[in-house]
Amino acid sequence: MLAVTYDDVVRFIQAYADVIAEQKDHLTQLDSAIGDADHGINMNRGMKAVLAKLNGHASGDIGATLKTVGMTLVSTVGGAGGPLYGTLFLQLGAATSGKSELEPADWEAALAAAVDGVIARGKAELQDKTMADALVPGRDAYRAALEDGASFAEALRRSAAAAEEGMKATIPLVARKGRASYLGERSAGHQDPGATSSWLLLKTVADTWAGD
Amino acid sequence: MKKLINKPDDVVTEELQGIEAAHPDLVRVFYDPHYIVRADAPVQGKVALVSGGGSGHEPMHGGFVGVGMLDAACPGQVFTSPTPDQMEAATKAVNGGAGVVHIVKNYTGDVMNFEMAADLCRAEGIDVESVLVDDDVAVQDSLYTAGRRGVGTTVLLEKIAGAAAEERRSLKEVADIAREVNANGRSMGMALTSCTVPAAGKPTFEIGDDEIEIGIGIHGEPGRERTKLKPAAEIVEIMATAVVDDVPFKQGDQVLAFVNGMGGTPLIELYVVYNEVAKFLKGRGVTIARNLIGSYITSLEMAGCSITLLKLSDELIRLWDAPVKTPGLRWGV
Repeated sequence: MLAVTYDDVVRFIQAYADVIAEQKDHLTQLDSAIGDADHGINMNRGMKAVLAKLNGHASGDIGATLKTVGMTLVSTVGGAGGPLYGTLFLQLGAATSGKSELEPADWEAALAAAVDGVIARGKAELQDKTMADALVPGRDAYRAALEDGASFAEALRRSAAAAEEGMKATIPLVARKGRASYLGERSAGHQDPGATSSWLLLKTVADTWAGD
Repeated sequence: MKKLINKPDDVVTEELQGIEAAHPDLVRVFYDPHYIVRADAPVQGKVALVSGGGSGHEPMHGGFVGVGMLDAACPGQVFTSPTPDQMEAATKAVNGGAGVVHIVKNYTGDVMNFEMAADLCRAEGIDVESVLVDDDVAVQDSLYTAGRRGVGTTVLLEKIAGAAAEERRSLKEVADIAREVNANGRSMGMALTSCTVPAAGKPTFEIGDDEIEIGIGIHGEPGRERTKLKPAAEIVEIMATAVVDDVPFKQGDQVLAFVNGMGGTPLIELYVVYNEVAKFLKGRGVTIARNLIGSYITSLEMAGCSITLLKLSDELIRLWDAPVKTPGLRWGV
């Protein structure tokens, strides 16, 4: 596959909602270890609202649809996840505004804008034990793969794999942002729930767009 | 999970319907999105106070909407920050032309959502001042944490800043008084038992029958240490020492002593705690000029308490004593 179509983007959004619904309890369980036990519940409520919003509203504009996802998440998720995932999708939308398909370089630019947006909103740095620890390696691996001449599908797979590694690398980290930071040293030994939902996002992108 | 609810998803909406049914003389309730305003909002020429946070801490914040306290409250889902659209709608609904103070407890989600809301409101020409509450001494305030959590001082701040706004003080003056309260208030909590978020269906944390968590947060966030249950006198000694040494409160200071129940602790125990607090402060030469005892900032059905001390000036005492008429706090009217 060379280009991502509007329908592919919608399939990704639906697939992410399904994955979040499946992983809801797991995400909440991770959050109860170092946070406030609501991440899966909140993300699931938000993605359900997204599906309701998108149902029957096929605009054909990838950017507009991603922005709608972002606005819906901001107004339904709450917590820190709402502004952060809302910003992520709003930035994906802004970077793809008016497009009906995405070339590999478009996804590179969109992902870069989304990751920058999340970092600006959350003021997180790498190794703070946050979403950024999955998103930044995911973004970097995608860009590096394209530079290596890898196929789009291969680049998406490497992006997801790097995000997974980044997520797992949050386990020994001591949290420096968010509610988990209140725990200090006690936050070490637990995988970050935000990094986990971020990995799931990049994995869903790869699973949806890099299919055989 | 054993709770007096219908469906977990409906808890917040049905609680709001209950507030609306019980207090039509004090507040009006909106559902799309969720927010509560005082019955006579907007009050022209008065600085408006808007707060909000996750539900599950009742009576905070919705129970503090009314004359002499908050103009609006935005309830989020249980233990989850409300969203910018709620805060924006509430801010517009209560803006009386003199500006709006957002009272934000220092939690990552609350801060980010209120920042987005303040941006939206300012873009529409409303003057918004944000005041952050971060009074929990259980958390080290450092670059390596999200900073101290906002807990018990929030209740006192909303009352005192509300009184200042009622006197038609300016936006900057009201915000400054609120910041003065935050700067002079310190709290620490403890838990005997966990709490259960309705949508989660099981306890937020595990704690043994003979264990307590010192420094607990109002969402069940772990605190400073997990120890064996001790007599109230020893528990208060640990908590009050941490609070008093932080400001620090000195001999000759006058304070407001607030003993707060976490939701599942009866008043009889809160008075036992208050007695220990009074003895402790007497020993330190600190005078209790005012007090508040009861469950005002709760953590669902968690058993436990928090102790908040606020250093008082004569001006803060006067504002504390001013009339207030809300579902949760009422005197002088």
